[in-house]
Amino acid sequence: MARNPVTWLGSPTFPKAAHKALADTQLRQNLRKATGTIRGRRAAAVAEMTDWEQLRVAGEQIKDDVLARLDTLLVQLEESVTARGGVVHWARDAAEANRIVLDLCRAENATEVVKVKSMATAEIALNEALEAGGVHAIETDLAELIVQLGDDRPSHILVPAIHRNRSEIREIFQRRMGVEVSDEPADLAEAARVYLREKFLTTKVAVSGANFAVADTGSIVVLESEGNGRMCLTLPETLITVMGIEKLVPTWQDLEVFLQLLPRSSTAERMNPYTSVWTGVTPGDGPQKFHLVLIDNGRTATLKDSVGRQALRCIRCSACLNVCPVYERTGGQSYGSVYPGPIGAILTPQLVGDMHDPQAASLPYASSLCGACFEVCPVRIDIPSVLTHLRAEAVEAKGRTAESVAMAAAAWMFASASRYEKAQKAGSLARFLARDGRITSLPWPGSKWTSSRDVPAPPQESFRTWWRKNRG
Amino acid sequence: MASAREEILQRIRDARVPAAPPVVRGYLTEGPGGVELFAERVADYRAVVHVVSNVPEALERLVGKRIVAPTGVPEEWLVDGVTWLREPLSIEELDGADGVLTGCAVAIADTGTIVLDGGEAQGRRALTLLPDYHLCVVRADQIAGSVPEALARMEPTRPLTFISGPSATSDIELNRVEGVHGPRTLEVLIVT
Repeated sequence: MARNPVTWLGSPTFPKAAHKALADTQLRQNLRKATGTIRGRRAAAVAEMTDWEQLRVAGEQIKDDVLARLDTLLVQLEESVTARGGVVHWARDAAEANRIVLDLCRAENATEVVKVKSMATAEIALNEALEAGGVHAIETDLAELIVQLGDDRPSHILVPAIHRNRSEIREIFQRRMGVEVSDEPADLAEAARVYLREKFLTTKVAVSGANFAVADTGSIVVLESEGNGRMCLTLPETLITVMGIEKLVPTWQDLEVFLQLLPRSSTAERMNPYTSVWTGVTPGDGPQKFHLVLIDNGRTATLKDSVGRQALRCIRCSACLNVCPVYERTGGQSYGSVYPGPIGAILTPQLVGDMHDPQAASLPYASSLCGACFEVCPVRIDIPSVLTHLRAEAVEAKGRTAESVAMAAAAWMFASASRYEKAQKAGSLARFLARDGRITSLPWPGSKWTSSRDVPAPPQESFRTWWRKNRG
Repeated sequence: MASAREEILQRIRDARVPAAPPVVRGYLTEGPGGVELFAERVADYRAVVHVVSNVPEALERLVGKRIVAPTGVPEEWLVDGVTWLREPLSIEELDGADGVLTGCAVAIADTGTIVLDGGEAQGRRALTLLPDYHLCVVRADQIAGSVPEALARMEPTRPLTFISGPSATSDIELNRVEGVHGPRTLEVLIVT
């Protein structure tokens, strides 16, 4: 089977990539500023809602119900879409999905397509596959355009160019669009408007993703801000929508939950500027040919795992990225995947489906397990639990290593109170290595820890010893 | 060999996901609503809002402009002094218009959203997309309090466009900037 393009070929393991990213002070500054801004605004948008927790619970339950009835609901969606003049295609993996989309483009004699930002098409590396087949894909979302023109890789689910600041964006636009532009965000947005206008008005085929698909009506929903989505969904003659099989909701009513959860979690708005909903084909309005491509690409394998499957509840809001202390420092590209951050750390390895892949197996360790991601997740994905679950899988796949031996020793030590106490006493001897209360260099295997950070010196006596002496 | 469809459906069945408990909808389904809240929320996203009692009078602001008027716009809205552009209109004609005047299907007070469904006085989706200025007339009785109330009033199979303020982006340093591809000016007339 072909490798899953959800991870980028040749990416180093997370610790190696993170090490390099941590040295990039510009990147850290850009990320601190952007995530800091959005964190505050999200908290304010959520605080307005007195029923936020009830919405989260409902969001979780609706998505769990979707996963439990996925086969029935997909067949229902297919029937509804077909009844309204759409054509539904099924793809087992990325290669099959890409071939379907390329064939559809060729059937329309298209050499160019306009694209709405879509995680599903990024996951299957559709642009590269189309390019190889002689079809040029034009990204129309501002951040996607910045990434595409900068020959760069995405680093965030919502804002793939979050690692770029305004002056870097200005430089990319001047170089690739051949225009003079200031670094004012409004001027940069205007430059993108002018650059893409002609494309919107003349391109015959558009490719989109989907935020939601409603099984009982066949309606597809796309949330966006700029109007590039509306352009792509309205003006071309043919629309091809690529969607992961888990993006369903059972009924139209269920949208009332997600249309409240997603904008506030994602862009910290009460509602995003534009949401488009279409059902098959509407005579006289919008594309007259509509294709829906449903992709598996590792999702059914993820569904098998009773702990890991909750990752499929994800609605791609990116709130977990914005609150993650690890993401803020390493940036998204260190994860080597279109899905970075906490959700990426649990989703990517599951979609790859091979814990013998050292890069994928390193991702569940890209976390301090602080739990901030779970707290903000609008569909209550318990990311820390899935992380530890996947770590166990990674360890199992790896077999016996220095780390697993150390962990086994720790388990043996923690299992008995007297052994634990003896170990603590031994540990306090490490004080002799400390200077100014910090240990900067431990002998192996402790050196694995101290090569990138200090350890506070252990106290003279353990809490247990102190307690026995004073209170016992 | 099984088709992709059959194989994916079989893989899902093989995953044997246990049935989920019934969904508990403990969230609020109704909002306070009202013209005042709607006006405040629309304005929050830098749309221009006016509360008016006489639509034709308020449309004097369009005089001297080339404005698209979709099928079903009331005769009395077509005031003198405006070049009204009527269907059928080409993409170029829409792109060259100064603006578009529409009604709406539903509005949402809680979020400051207007919803178009291609019905009377709204037209096909391109009409409200290509002109750089959108003037939308909302009757007070069209304003729903909350997102759940509004969704219940919609016909899901019509082509729907939810609009909350003018086109914007948060893609540069996660700060909201108004004005990208959609209309850069959104003006809302609330009729009481």
